[in-house]
Amino acid sequence: MSRAVKVIVTHRMFFPLVCLVLVLALNIIVTVTTTGSAGPFFQIVMTNGTLNGPLITILNRSSELVILALGMTIVVSASAGADISVGAVMALSGAVSVWLLGYGQLKTNNYHVLTYVVPLAVGLLVALVVGVICGVWNGFLVSKLKIQPMVATLILFTGGRGAAKVVSDGQIPKVDVPSYKWLGSFIQDSRGDNLIPIPTPIFVAAAMVIITVVVLRFTALGTTIQSVGINARASRIVGLKSSRVILMAFVFCGACAAIAGMIATSRIGGIDTNNCGKMLELDAILAVALGGNSLAGGKFSLSGSVIGAITIQTLTTVLYSINVTADQLPLYKAIVVVVIVVLQSPELRPMVRRGLAAVQGLGTRKVAER
Amino acid sequence: MTITHTAKKTLAAVAGIALAASLTACGGGGSDAASTGAAGTTGTTASGSASATAASTGGYNLVPKDTNGDGLITVGFAQVGAESGWRTANTQSYQDYFVAANGFKLAFADANQDADKQKQDVRDLIQQGVEVIDLAPVTDSGWEPVLQEAKDAGIPLIVSDRQLSVSDDLYLTYFGGNMEQEGKTAVKWLEDYIKANNVTDPINIVHLQGTIGSTAQKGRSKALTDAAPANKWNVVYEQTGEFTQAKGQEVMESFLQQGKDFNVIYSENDDMTYGAIEALKAAGKDPKSYIIISFDGNKSAVQMVIDGLIDVIAECNPLLGPQVGDLIKKSAAGDKIAKITYSVESFIDSTNAAEKIKTAFGS
Repeated sequence: MSRAVKVIVTHRMFFPLVCLVLVLALNIIVTVTTTGSAGPFFQIVMTNGTLNGPLITILNRSSELVILALGMTIVVSASAGADISVGAVMALSGAVSVWLLGYGQLKTNNYHVLTYVVPLAVGLLVALVVGVICGVWNGFLVSKLKIQPMVATLILFTGGRGAAKVVSDGQIPKVDVPSYKWLGSFIQDSRGDNLIPIPTPIFVAAAMVIITVVVLRFTALGTTIQSVGINARASRIVGLKSSRVILMAFVFCGACAAIAGMIATSRIGGIDTNNCGKMLELDAILAVALGGNSLAGGKFSLSGSVIGAITIQTLTTVLYSINVTADQLPLYKAIVVVVIVVLQSPELRPMVRRGLAAVQGLGTRKVAER
Repeated sequence: MTITHTAKKTLAAVAGIALAASLTACGGGGSDAASTGAAGTTGTTASGSASATAASTGGYNLVPKDTNGDGLITVGFAQVGAESGWRTANTQSYQDYFVAANGFKLAFADANQDADKQKQDVRDLIQQGVEVIDLAPVTDSGWEPVLQEAKDAGIPLIVSDRQLSVSDDLYLTYFGGNMEQEGKTAVKWLEDYIKANNVTDPINIVHLQGTIGSTAQKGRSKALTDAAPANKWNVVYEQTGEFTQAKGQEVMESFLQQGKDFNVIYSENDDMTYGAIEALKAAGKDPKSYIIISFDGNKSAVQMVIDGLIDVIAECNPLLGPQVGDLIKKSAAGDKIAKITYSVESFIDSTNAAEKIKTAFGS
């Protein structure tokens, strides 16, 4: 029995899951205090063709973060640094796609896209290409020019949003074609009724997770990335193309940012370059850390990062809804994050164990003295 | 030299305000009369609900005049930046109005929401020798040295859109909207609506606030917070949506999942209202079954009033150019100008939306 407990407690996923459970518990407590029972939190009801419930909302809202966390995990693992440009890349790819979809008609229509100039698929594909190009640029700086990831991606962190503003003329262009909102809300038929009652972002995030996990598990890529992250030089001597692996990690991260950007722009049906993906890079890095991944690179756990991302979103949602006054919100978030990160500290557990052992030792000695 | 003389003072002032640099998103200020600026409803003669407070002119004797004799009054406009559709429309109204045909010339300076840059912008305008300066300040404090420089240079200065916390002998007049009055307009509309429709259900309000600390948020929130207890309204949720659609939507979603009932949404700008409506739709609720109160009056929002999605918008018209022009002309003609000028506040609901959409700003 105690061995089983030990296996569970020492499992890599134990602490990330405990954190998620804690935050979910907080959410349930809030639900109980406002409605008198925990039922509403787990309730999922069908209203007007949409499945509704707190759990759906949380999953839906965490989609962007889950996708960003996938890319961030790979970058952290391969390069031992973070890509802080993902939020800006979201805005830039979103801005370019809206600009292309409404090419030439934006100014005349008061920054509204009334009809697509190019098919939606082309617009989304171009957004993806923008993300990939940003990734290539970041990856080039890090892998070829050996610039620290944080510094290299700082360029797009500041410049990317600026470029996005240039593309969108500093306005908030809106897309009025209904199909543009499918990616961020529900896939609908021509009458505006939902064909699938579950929000599309959940499917996109799930697909991204599955594809990434399958590719990394069933090819040598996962091991290659970890090996490069642990020791790039040794990996190169063994015959792995370390710099190319790092480059590809950033490209993947850029693509993830572009997909997250598409969802975010689709949600509001337009591109708000000032706010799209704002501060999300930090949440993405936090998701990786919460997932029990070392920010020093090397071994990584995708499922940990996904759980980390959902944890952050659950926390954000509960803080919004318990009327924590807005200016105090970051403080509460920080407190919870500090607790979670401290819980995961590798130094803490041995310390606690030693402390417990000392207390126990004291007890047994007293018994012996008697 | 004046500039080096005051440089130290300015540096100290600048350091003090640096943190407060990122206020309002909606911007603020405006009046119903803006689009019909020539109708004589502006300035001290404003009628209706206009409130114009006259204070002592405090030893400020400068008036606009054509000092260089080119027949035009050159107006230097120090603008905040292009932060929102409201701001863009605001800039556009200055650029459209201050042209030779109206007896003006415009020198435009865009601060990109940077308070330090804006102080430099005003100095540049002084150097250029403009004849009037209109300042729409990024932040509300630390302006004394710059305003003193303008005064020393003999250039009258008008503060527009956002008020400054400086002695009022440093500027000619403040002109702009009254955010609290806008809030009161919305609250009054709700009171009237409840009376007219004999609403007996308890009123439970979701309050989507603007960026905390911005002039627009403070004024609009105060009106609701003051009125709620007296009317026995419950504010069930209160949270900032930071004047953006995305945040408004996310915050609304989190309220919807917590399960408390509400029937009124008080959203402090149009963008957050768009987000709230999206969130209601995504939750399978019908936005039409809620009383939705919004602020500003963008064209899309007015369309939503026509479509029955939004019930009322307390207007915040950005087309200030013509009204400021009127003030300058009056002052130049020797009229006494009040220290603070607010203008007529109005609202848009189903009764007048079809008319209002013709002159609505933005997109």
